[in-house]
Amino acid sequence: MTERIVLSMRSVGKTFGDGVQRVDALLDIDLEVAAGELVAITGRSGSGKSTLLNIAGALDTPTSGTISIAGENLVGLDGKELALLRRRHIGFVFQEFNLLPTLKAGENISLPLELDGVPLADAREQAEAALNEVGLDGKADRYGDELSGGERQRVAIARALIGQRNLLLADEPTGALDELTGESVLQLIRSRCDAGAAGLLVTHDPGWAAFADRVVRLRDGRIESITHRSATPPTLERLEL
Amino acid sequence: MGIREGMLALLADGPKYGYQLKREFEVATGEAWALNVGQVYTTLQRLERDGLIEAHETDDKERHSYRITDRGQDTFVEWMTQPIEPSVANRDDLSMKVLLAMTSGVVDAAVVIDVQRASTMTALQDYQRLRAETPETDLAWMLLLDRLVYQGEAELRWLDRIEDRIEQASTERETTITATRATTTAVTRASGSTND
Repeated sequence: MTERIVLSMRSVGKTFGDGVQRVDALLDIDLEVAAGELVAITGRSGSGKSTLLNIAGALDTPTSGTISIAGENLVGLDGKELALLRRRHIGFVFQEFNLLPTLKAGENISLPLELDGVPLADAREQAEAALNEVGLDGKADRYGDELSGGERQRVAIARALIGQRNLLLADEPTGALDELTGESVLQLIRSRCDAGAAGLLVTHDPGWAAFADRVVRLRDGRIESITHRSATPPTLERLEL
Repeated sequence: MGIREGMLALLADGPKYGYQLKREFEVATGEAWALNVGQVYTTLQRLERDGLIEAHETDDKERHSYRITDRGQDTFVEWMTQPIEPSVANRDDLSMKVLLAMTSGVVDAAVVIDVQRASTMTALQDYQRLRAETPETDLAWMLLLDRLVYQGEAELRWLDRIEDRIEQASTERETTITATRATTTAVTRASGSTND
């Protein structure tokens, strides 16, 4: 099996402040996420989950260690280069406020492509196809406030993986959704990863974390434990009632 | 265990033969609960002895069909409309391990918690995988998987919570010790019994 590593962090550390004010938000983090893989980050508040996600998304830079995305080393890139790398490779899904309210669903998705110079008609066509993939066929002309919370997250997921983007970073994506809608959003993230995307999911909810191939638990900025999926797929028969 | 009540439920629908009951029970539980013929006939004999069902017809192979009695009907409705008593888990193995770890000191409670957390998370990963693969229409399995998922989540939350409690308790103990020492020193100094 050839694993295509999309995100790689080596000995990553992040420190805020100095002297007595110094806070080590992340310490010695080694983490790789391959295409086709979903990794969950859990831990209590203040354990470093969000800092890790911000660094993985090139929104923040590590104080020590190295990080590469899609094979490109991020250390030494300037703001403009980082912005380009984000637009080409990384998609974010947050708890809320994911879509630009003045744009229609289809335009929200095609925007990164248009910014990258893809001809408008082509970009819109790709956006339509992406909407189909997340089960929102025919909703390209709806504005965010004309969609349900679950539908908005589906649009955000479609946009996160448009074009050549294949690193999906999700920060509590089900936080504003009811249980059933949340489950369908998680199943969508899971299926997008099964189809080849690399996913990193930050969640405090053990039930959502369990959708991942690996569950990484942070504690005081360090990786405390990593739980892997069973090597052999589970079967209903094995539940032995 | 519910087999008895399952038989009553199926018979409340109309008289049936034993082999029919076995098949219908399995269908109703989505094959999630396999029965052997022996279990069915033993259950039917007991139900008949208790006056909850009675023999109805006999086929050419000398097999009896059964029908539910009025008393059987009442028993079934009563069972269905009574809440299940919540199971009290204050003496389960896991609680016991954590408590023993805290008192014995041979194995750290944190180790017990970590080991359990990893194991429960792996099980939860399995359940979520199965839930995604099982068709929504397979209600019997879905019901069971949902339950397993929520139980797993609850256990993980509980483990986090007791971990917090243990940490808090040990911090408070340290604080108390430090505070006691500080007070003792202050009192000693105030009483002028030191020579510094």
